[in-house]
Amino acid sequence: MTEPNSATFTAKEAASDQEIKWCPGCGDYSILKQMQTVLPSLGIKREDIVFISGIGCSSRFPYYMNTYGMHSIHGRAPAVASGLKIANPDLSLWVITGDGDGLSIGGNHLMHLLRRNIDLNVLLFNNEIYGLTKGQYSPTSEVGKRTKSSPMGSLDHPFNPLALALGADATFVARTIDRDPKHLRGILEASNLHKGTSFVEIYQNCNVFNDGAFLSYSDKKQKEEHIILLEEGQPLVFDEGRKGIRLNGLKPEIVDLSAGESLNDLWIHDSRDATKAYILSRFFDDTFPRPFGLFYQEDRACYEDQMIAQIHQAKATQGETDLDDLLRGKRSWTVD
Amino acid sequence: MNTKALSKVTIHFAGDSGDGIQLAGSQFTNTTALAGNDLSTFPDFPAEIRAPIGTVAGVSGFQINFGSETIHTPGGRPDVLVAMNAAAFKKNFPNLKAGGIIVLDSAGFDKKNLRLAAYAEDSTPIEDIPKEYQVHAIDITKLNREALKDLSLGSRDKDRSRNMFALGFIYFLYSRSLATTIAFLEAKFKNKPEVLEANLRALNAGHNYGDTVEAISRFKVAPAKMEKGEYRNITGNQATALGLIAAAEKSGLELFYGSYPITPASDILHELAAHKNRGVKTFQAEDEIAAVTSAIGASFGGALAVTGTSGPGMALKTEGLGLAFMLEIPMIVVNVQRGGPSTGLPTKTEQSDLLQALYGRNGEAPIPVIAANSPADCFSAAYEAARIALEHMTPVILLSDGYIANSSEPWKFPQAKSLKPIKPPIIKTNDNYLPYKRDERAVRSWALPGTPGLEHRLGGLEKEMETGNVSYEADNHQEMVKIRDRKVRLIAKDYPKTSLVQGPSSGPLLVLGWGNTLGAIQVAVEQALSQGLAVAQLHLKYINPLPEDLGEILSAYERVLIPELNNGQMVRIIRDNYLVDAVALDKIKGQPFMADEILEKIKSLVSND
Repeated sequence: MTEPNSATFTAKEAASDQEIKWCPGCGDYSILKQMQTVLPSLGIKREDIVFISGIGCSSRFPYYMNTYGMHSIHGRAPAVASGLKIANPDLSLWVITGDGDGLSIGGNHLMHLLRRNIDLNVLLFNNEIYGLTKGQYSPTSEVGKRTKSSPMGSLDHPFNPLALALGADATFVARTIDRDPKHLRGILEASNLHKGTSFVEIYQNCNVFNDGAFLSYSDKKQKEEHIILLEEGQPLVFDEGRKGIRLNGLKPEIVDLSAGESLNDLWIHDSRDATKAYILSRFFDDTFPRPFGLFYQEDRACYEDQMIAQIHQAKATQGETDLDDLLRGKRSWTVD
Repeated sequence: MNTKALSKVTIHFAGDSGDGIQLAGSQFTNTTALAGNDLSTFPDFPAEIRAPIGTVAGVSGFQINFGSETIHTPGGRPDVLVAMNAAAFKKNFPNLKAGGIIVLDSAGFDKKNLRLAAYAEDSTPIEDIPKEYQVHAIDITKLNREALKDLSLGSRDKDRSRNMFALGFIYFLYSRSLATTIAFLEAKFKNKPEVLEANLRALNAGHNYGDTVEAISRFKVAPAKMEKGEYRNITGNQATALGLIAAAEKSGLELFYGSYPITPASDILHELAAHKNRGVKTFQAEDEIAAVTSAIGASFGGALAVTGTSGPGMALKTEGLGLAFMLEIPMIVVNVQRGGPSTGLPTKTEQSDLLQALYGRNGEAPIPVIAANSPADCFSAAYEAARIALEHMTPVILLSDGYIANSSEPWKFPQAKSLKPIKPPIIKTNDNYLPYKRDERAVRSWALPGTPGLEHRLGGLEKEMETGNVSYEADNHQEMVKIRDRKVRLIAKDYPKTSLVQGPSSGPLLVLGWGNTLGAIQVAVEQALSQGLAVAQLHLKYINPLPEDLGEILSAYERVLIPELNNGQMVRIIRDNYLVDAVALDKIKGQPFMADEILEKIKSLVSND
């Protein structure tokens, strides 16, 4: 976590000299642009920023950032980043992953990163398809998806990434979308401010293999009905204020404000309420609008800070002996 | 009562895996080390934590060979067998030297124990021992309970100190002081006074039993004439851990160890985790892949990054090793080899991951390989692995194995100031930084995140020469493959001159070894030489790249014999590199070589004429 202050470099300086090789029209361009816009305003020196990715279209991201970076191997970015952050806790780390990289081959690492709460940011670009391998269904694809590897429709029940993150006790869980630059920037800023692992799912359109997967959440004509923007301390309203969400016990209900239901009865968003966050994460079919924003946040000690505290404690109690004492051990003898 | 002086003794302690055999063995070892003997130990236990009680499969063993002369191996056939039950006796008696000493708990030979050990009904193994053996059949269980009768512990808890009774008796036989073990017990059980009392009484009772039994022969083994200096006893895994810590401190870096628990490598993790006061960062990863990739991240961040494992874990780390190789970052992978393939023989030793270490990656990915050859040598092998990794910007594989990892020997430890300095090529400024620009050794420089002006991106995709940008260009790929290969081969320029362990510099036979076979080959070749056979011994520490002077040395002998605990792996490397028709001697039984096995092969290859 770093407090924002004056810009230390420009958005232009945030971009590397490498030619960008994503397909024209890919949602990744927008995310890259917003990152390059936001980054200079975070008050972090460019040399202290590292992007770590795995494999997949999204994982080319580090090559386009003029910071330190590593394009690692499939699914392992959370583990690479964990080792890096433990080795140097002063760095600002951003893990760039996708639905295949982060939830399929690298699912194990993601889950363990979240429970350890290492202070870094995970941006999961979810396009609900395998792009780089040319269009197979992914772990977030809807059941019945017809692709080259599932000509009769996919059988796999999809992951709900935010429910998964909450289940792994993530301390910062948010969702945003490539087509809403302002919202995306706001979430990136909040993610940076959070001390602990921030998990951000970014809906990202793959215009080649899964075009329009999130159209109902981005298209001006449809989105008001289909999305709900989470704002701290504010009632859950959508459809341009015509509808809202009320909690009946633990059961959410859509209420029609235009038909006279009261705003006062609505669910007030509280990102520190784990139960509500979980209910929100289950807004995952067409019954409810899809929430965007910060679902949940919690202050919990970070792994690397606790490790350093143990090292300090060990130094205080065991003392810092020199190397010769270590080599000699506790029982030595001399041969004359 | 007479006391006979001996120059060398091998004792084998055996009992149920819950009988405290390893503890008794390690206590005897510490006492023996402090008494000034040279020694070598070999613990041998089942893979199960509590294997079926009383059965042969559940027998845990600990062998120690100690003497007033130089000791190279844990000994072949033991002189003394301590057997806590019938199964331990059944498993180990056939291996005992003819006329050897047997100490046994006769309570462990009742009907139930005989049945569990699968002896025929009504068999009387104790009575059947030929007269030439010296048998001390003691009802340890009964005597021990008697000594502890007024303690409030239950009889199960009382019986748990039987190992101390047996140890006390052995201390008596070999004229050893109880002081080291008493101090150990006092520290171990300081919060359990009753358990401490039980163990102290058991130890003394065993010792006093020896004293009261008439006409018992005692032995004395004088201190060995060892090189002057300060010594300690050490196991291979401990030595590996200390080597890594020393390398981190001498290179001015923090040590990061990412590992997933696996037999027989876990003790390295345990040892390192105990040194947090030196700033050591240990990370128990979620799996073997996270262990290696966290080390890659830590290396990128500027740590001396290490991951440790054994065979099956090594298989999982393969892709990570390829990435580290491609990134050209320093990293050490310690493979404490065990019997394979697959889960194989987790607690047994083998040298069968050599070809995996050399070739087990996709693409052209030569990685330096170093092999440790004894428990104490693990220190210098780990240190050297770190030096090569850091100074040549490459992952390095350090091969250890279950035998040397768990065995111990006296170690004349070095002074910190005598350790070779390690100078990683870290750069702080460069106006025109190119991540893959190389020096005359083909080594690139190391720019750490946090350094202004050196921001750069690394990755597993093929890189353009010097800039490190992604490149799919045909000629560039060929050139980069050749450069990375050359970089690894140039490491051999740093090696010291290769020298023989013993024997003539040319002649009919050279015995070539690597790894844990050093001691057994040494004894075999010593014996061959003393019998007038012109045999030489050479032991390889650097497996990749091989020493540049090796070919010339090999060519001076008519034949080369390579004993290995595998189905013939080094023999292929030697044939491949030098077109030498080397002879293989393989042993794939989960156990180290005995010197006799090698001597026999030597005799079949050279005649005394």
